[in-house]
Parts: sequence; structure tokens; C-alpha cells
Amino acid sequence: MVDILTIKNLQVEFDYHNSRIPAVKDISLTIPQGRTVALVGESGSGKSVTAQAIMQILPKKAQITQGSIRFNDPESGNSTEIVSLDPMSKQIRSIRGGRISMIFQEPMVSLSPVHTVGNQISEAVLLHRDVNKSEALKLSEDMLDRVGFPDPKRAIDTYPFELSGGLRQRAMIACALVCRPAILIADEPTTALDVTIQAQILKLISDMQSELNMAVLLITHDLGVVANVANEVVVMYHGQIMESGIIEDIFRNPSHPYLKALIKAIPHFDMKPDERLTPVRNIESSVGELLRMEPAKELPANRVHLEVRDISKSFRIKNNPIFKKVEVPEIKAVSGIGFEVHRGECFGLVGESGCGKTTLSKILMKALSPDEGNVIYYDKTSKKGIDILALEGDDLFQFRRKMQFIFQDPFSSLNPRMTVFDIIREPLLIHEIGDIDYQREFVKELVRVVGLDPRFLNRYPHSFSGGQRQRLGIARALALKPDFVICDEPVSALDVSIQAQILNLLKDLRTELGLTTIFITHNLAVVKYIADRVGVMCRGRLVEIADRDSLFENPVHPYTKALLGAVPHPDLAKPLDFDSTLESQASEPKSWSAPFRSQESVSLQLQEIKQGHSVLMEV
Amino acid sequence: MILYILKRLLFMIPTLFVISVLVFVIIQLPPGDYLETYIAELQSQGESVDPDRIKFLRAEYGLDKPIYEQYFVWASGMLVGDYGYSFEYGLPVNEVIGDRLFLTIIISVVTIIFTWAIAFPIGIYSATHQYSWGDYGLSFLGFIGLATPNFLLALVMLYLANVYFGTSIGGLMDPEYIDQPWGIDKFFSVLEHLWIPVVVIGTSGTAGMIRRLRANLLDELQKQYVVTARAKGMQEKKLVRKYPLRMSMNFFIADIGSLLPSVISGAEITAIVLSLPTTGPMMLNALQSQDMYLAGSFLMFLAMLTVIGVMLSDILLAILDPRIRLQGGATK
Repeated sequence: MVDILTIKNLQVEFDYHNSRIPAVKDISLTIPQGRTVALVGESGSGKSVTAQAIMQILPKKAQITQGSIRFNDPESGNSTEIVSLDPMSKQIRSIRGGRISMIFQEPMVSLSPVHTVGNQISEAVLLHRDVNKSEALKLSEDMLDRVGFPDPKRAIDTYPFELSGGLRQRAMIACALVCRPAILIADEPTTALDVTIQAQILKLISDMQSELNMAVLLITHDLGVVANVANEVVVMYHGQIMESGIIEDIFRNPSHPYLKALIKAIPHFDMKPDERLTPVRNIESSVGELLRMEPAKELPANRVHLEVRDISKSFRIKNNPIFKKVEVPEIKAVSGIGFEVHRGECFGLVGESGCGKTTLSKILMKALSPDEGNVIYYDKTSKKGIDILALEGDDLFQFRRKMQFIFQDPFSSLNPRMTVFDIIREPLLIHEIGDIDYQREFVKELVRVVGLDPRFLNRYPHSFSGGQRQRLGIARALALKPDFVICDEPVSALDVSIQAQILNLLKDLRTELGLTTIFITHNLAVVKYIADRVGVMCRGRLVEIADRDSLFENPVHPYTKALLGAVPHPDLAKPLDFDSTLESQASEPKSWSAPFRSQESVSLQLQEIKQGHSVLMEV
Repeated sequence: MILYILKRLLFMIPTLFVISVLVFVIIQLPPGDYLETYIAELQSQGESVDPDRIKFLRAEYGLDKPIYEQYFVWASGMLVGDYGYSFEYGLPVNEVIGDRLFLTIIISVVTIIFTWAIAFPIGIYSATHQYSWGDYGLSFLGFIGLATPNFLLALVMLYLANVYFGTSIGGLMDPEYIDQPWGIDKFFSVLEHLWIPVVVIGTSGTAGMIRRLRANLLDELQKQYVVTARAKGMQEKKLVRKYPLRMSMNFFIADIGSLLPSVISGAEITAIVLSLPTTGPMMLNALQSQDMYLAGSFLMFLAMLTVIGVMLSDILLAILDPRIRLQGGATK
């Protein structure tokens, strides 16, 4: 087998305030023809910089200081030393996009929104092939057909924003492969996609690989993806290669401690009920006296903590009301959702993007008002519930102390112009709790609870990492000593190694403080790790609700099954069944088999099929 | 698309109607009318005023009618191109401002072209060569341009033009051509004088536009799709033109709406300093002497330019950016 790309002793350094910081340190690897090499590591480990060095598209501040990248073109037989080429030179430009192509993580932003798909794909052809415009468009159309566009002729004239995320990534792949490159570099190609789409894209990449006999350098942090598509694995950490080898060796006997630690830090389906994740870097947290609640003297009056009844909410896209009297289609964000959350449990809410999870969570907090339905909150002591959606003015203000929210994006949810102390103290100020001395003590305690050092209180959020910021967000949510916390994708913006820290922290806090939580996520392994009961949402409806074990062992609804089937396991013994996930349109309610199919004539309802396990089906 | 343009055009009608009402209210706001100002002036000079004559004038100009009727006469006149009668000049407004309006438009258009022609290359250079000496130097010049008041620049330019080029001071043409019919010589004379007000009026706008273009382009240059294009093997210069520049055009086009009136009103002070035969000085006068139809016409003219500018930029944006064109009524 020919090695198409050979990297030897590559070193890339960044100029940073007159000092040089190495991002890639002395790495060597080879990529053989027709094989997939996975480059694994957490963010900041130098994966993407390596890929950019291969393409010579490093940022201005970065420089290759030593080493060689040799590219052997199997088509022409030429061998090129990429490092010696000027990044602006004609030679490297003919390799870029022509012989080595790249696809990126975010299909939403990696295509220009103001140029048609056809324009952007044929541009690559025109740059590298001696063809005229109409031939280039024809080639682009063929390629779109091959990557699975339902109507390639029409797709040529569409703009990226008219396409779904999955189709956009397909267009991106078409764009990269239209010149039949020898190597495809895929930088986290599926990280931003839903699991069912992810499976389809992975399948597409491996199909195209065997068709074009190209090598693939797959950059990812998801060991599940690696186990399913890679032939060889290279593990990077802090710019260095920790371990590399063929996939069987890496997964069966990981030898390097970092890789072992990484494997232990990722939640997976085969964990025992009380098994605990081991973060790569552990954090210590301790709950102090101020936060700990008075232990309940009597049993709570009601087992149910929150009752959601028949919530529906539609959005109308605003249209020009003066000239056109068109019936504006209503988008049903959530419809007929009802469930109960028991005191002290963690209720997981799973679904793909756009299924209405976040809309629902906003309704629960009364940040949005639903078209119909109620949300009833039961206090610990009284039997009578509070209708959250009916609260107004002062009552609502007082109620805010009971229920708090942890946001998805730790970067935009903290005010960059407030110190950490001010951020965490703000809820106390708003609700006029305690004097300044008490507040200071309490904020310090909160920071210790989430495992941060109280000495950092005068810093601003920008000096913290994503994981640390998310912990600050948790501290802020706890400041009012809530009984109920809604976590909206709290770990999805974080690295795998950090994810375990946050999950463990949330788990511990729940038991120590007796919190009831709703945990919203798209990651099934995460929900299996943290939740007691799980609701699965699809297209604004709750399709299945059950306790964790019955849901994962015995899923009933076709959507739940498809969702579970599309999750790649970091285990060679459990490969994904690509064929089944590729064909099915699991998130389309009309494609579900009877008695789950959504039709005009029948009404679907959640029906209990056994104790605590309900499924959406015909009445 | 045609439907969109039609809709946009139709929208102008209610907008202009509302503006015309506002304009009329504004010019009626000060107590009294032109005749009262006129009488006061005559009386202060010790001349007697014939009450019958005043009555006659009042009836003649329709000043004795109720306000809404006056408005109706004025507004319906405008529709057929009759802008009313200027008391001060004793001529129809059309004739008073005709020539000046033409020169104003010439100055404004040339200024806008000047602004773009200079701002574009410099903005692109500054953004693609961020933190280079060239960028610093041009930014420095830009800040000077932004900070210098127009009237000061006008005086300096006048001096320089007179000393070094021998151009006569003030005005938009050599004195012998004033009120002469248009001809080749007159045209060249205008050209010779034109550059001074254009530079004066355009400088701060140019400097501002350079800064905005640079900032916008810098934002766009960071975007992922630029890297995608680079990874395709595109040439850097072509790439900048096709992707980020195209995207940063949006702000620029959205600016046209406010550009037209700001150039024209910015030109007013300059016009007084340079004693240009444009509309600026005349409008100030008309407002002071309550020459209501003249002032009203000027205000309407400015408003119309704004509305047309905004419409132009909307249509251009829709042509240029498919997201605006296609997402208007689309569901998401």
C-alpha cells in the first residue's frame, strides 16, 4: 500500500506576544492510500493545526518551524514536499482542493450564504480542471447526485441556507470531492449534526472513499465515530502524539495513560448503574454549610414536583400583512406535551435539534407563554400546586427562587463585563438576600461547591475555560438555593474530557442538595449516565417516556429505536448498522410504522404499555 | 423579484404622504406667515402698508383658507410638478430652485462617487494588510479626515486652490458664466471648481467609510467560508473579491439610504462657506423668512431623496443577497 502523505517531525509554532508557542510538537504520521486515519484528541491538542499545515492554510501567526510533509500523488506519481512550498504559490494551490481536500465542522458557516451551491462546487472544478462553465456545472450535478441529493438539478441553484444541516454537509462533501482528490481531510465533519444524520454522513464518506480509493484523515474527538470508520488511530494531546496504531490495537489494549483516561471519561451505553465517569482531570467540590438545606423533617407532601399538562405552542412566521393575505403556516414547536417530574429525580429530555426541547424548557420557566396547557409546581410542604404560567408580578418574582436554569453556551451566558463575584452575587442582590458580608461568604462557598478557587472571584469570565465557565453558570443557578433546576444542553458545548467533570458535578449536587432536575440533551449516552427517567421528543411531540433502563433496553417507538441505533459506540464489537440508519427517515412522523404512524385520520396519544413506560401511538 | 420592487414602490406612497403632512406642519409651526413677516419688515422701514393689498395677497396665495385646504393645494400641486410660489423671489418655486437643484445633485453624485472610489481600495487594502505600516498610515490619514471640520477644510482648500491653481474663490464656476446658458466652456469651468466642494464634503464620509469597510471586511475575513475557499485552492485576491467583499457589501448598500441626505445636508454649511449656487444657502434663507412653499419644497426634496435612497438600497440588497430575497415570505 502506498503512503500518500508522510509527515515527519512536524513542528508548528504560533507567534504570541513575541514568544513562540508550539501547537504541534515533533509529530510524525503516515496516511496510506484508501485508508482512514483518525486523529483523536480534545480541543487545543493540535489536531486542526496539523490539518491546516498539510493544506498550508495556517493562520498568519502560525509557522512551520521544522519537519516535512511529503505528498505522493498516486495519479501522477509525483512527490511534493509541501513544507517547502510558499502558501501563496501556484503549486500548493493546485494541490489544495484538487489533490487534497478538506471539509469542516460547521456546515452552516463553511459555505458562503450568498452564492449558490452549484456556483461553489463548480468553482472548485474550474480551478483545477480545464473545463468550461457548463461542463463544470454538469460535473457538479453528477457529484451532488452521488452524495445523495434527491434532486441534483434543482440543488445546483439553491443557496446553502435553503438546505438542512445534513444536506449542507453533503454539499460541502461534494465540493471537496468533485475534483477526485487523493486525500480528504475531514475536520470534525459530524460534530455539529444529529446522530441519525451523523450516521448517514459517515456512511457517505466511507462510500466515497472506496469509490475514489482515497485516503481520509478524520479529525474527531468522538471515539464512537473512530471505532466505526477508522483503520488507524493517532491520539494527540498537547500537540504531541501519545499513541498511534491500527484500530484493533488501540481499542483492545490502549497503552498510554492519556488514552485510557479519555476512554474512561466518555459516557457509554454499557456502564453499570452506579459506575462513575473518571474525568481526565478531576475537580474537587465540597458543599458547605450555607448552601446545605435543612433536612426535611417530614416527608414531602407530594411525590410529584412538576406537572406538565398538554403544552402546545405554535410559532407564526411573520409575513407582510398589507399586500398579501396569505395563510401563514403555523409551525408547531411543541404540541400536547404532558409529563410529570418526581421530587429529587433527574428527568432527561432527549431529541434532535429542532424537536422543541428548548422551547419547552422556556415555557416551563415562563420565558415563553404556550398557546395552551399548564405547568403545575408542587412545593415541598403544601399539597396544592402553583400554576407557573398563571403567576404574575410579585408572585412570579418570588417563584423564581425555586426554579433555576443552566444554559447551554457558557461563553454567551456570562456577562463579560462583570466579575465572577458580581455574576454569582447578582441573584442575591436582585432578591435582596443577606447583607454584603453574608453574600461574600455565600458566593465564596458557591465557588468552592463547583470546584473553583475563591481567589478567582475578582476575575472576569474571559480568563476561564469553557468548563470553568459552565461551573460558574452552575454556581449562579444555585445561588438562590432552588429546588428545581433545568439544564439545557449544559455539556454539549464542552470537550469530552470536561464533559465528565460537569456531569459528575451535576450528579453530586443533585444527591447532596436534593435537587430535582430536568436535563435536556441530544446525547443519548449522557442522558443514560445522568437521568432516572427519560422522555424522547420528536417534532414537538413526546413519543416515548420511560425509566432509563426500560427505555434503553426495550425501546418501543420506532423513533427511539432509530435514535438508539444511530449512536456510534466506542466499541469495535458493536459496529453501526449503516444500512438501516441510512435508509430510514426516522424523524419523519409519516414514515413510522403502524400503530405509531401520524395520519390525519387517527389521533395519537401517549399510552402506558407497562408501569411507567408510555409510548405515543394510536388510541 | 418584480413583485418585490412593485411592493417597495407602492410603499413609498404612504411614506411620502406622511412626510408631506409632517413637512407642512413643520413649516406652519412658527407663528404667522410670510405676509406678516413681510408687513413687519415694511413697517419697520417706516413704509405704510395698504390693508386691501394685504387682503388681496392673502386671498391670492390662499393664506386665508383653513390649513388643511392649504395643504391640499400644496400637496396636489406637487403631484403635477407645481411646487407653489416663492413669496420672496416672486417666482414659482420651480424656477427658483431649478438650476440650483441640478447643481446640488451634480455635487452630491460626484461626492458619492469620490467617496466610493477612494474608500473602497483603501478599505480593502487596510483590511487585508491589517497592522501593517500601510494600514497604520492610512488609518492615521483617515482619522485626520474624520476629525477635521468641513468649514475649516473648505477655507484651507479655497486658499490652496487660489494660490496654487489660480482658481477664483467661491462659487461653482468662474463669474463670467453665471446665469449664462450651458456650453463647453461653462462645463469645464464647473469641473475646475467642482473638486473643491467634492473633496471638502466627501472627506469625512470617505474616512468613515474606510473605517467601516475595514471593520466589516476584517470580520468577514475570519469566517469559515473564507477558509473553505482557500482550501479549494483559490487565489487570495480573487477569493477576497468573491466572498468577503461581497458579504461586506451589505452594510455598504444599506448605507445608501442615509448617504444621500447626509451628503446633501452636510453640503449646506460648506455651500455657505464656499458660496456655492446650490440649494443649501437658499433653504436656510427660506426657513428664516417663512417662505413656506420654497422651504417646504426643499424639505420634501430631501425627504424624497431619503425615501428613494432607502428604496434603492433595499432593492439592491435584495438583488445581491439571496437570503433577503428568498427568506422574505419563506417559512423557516
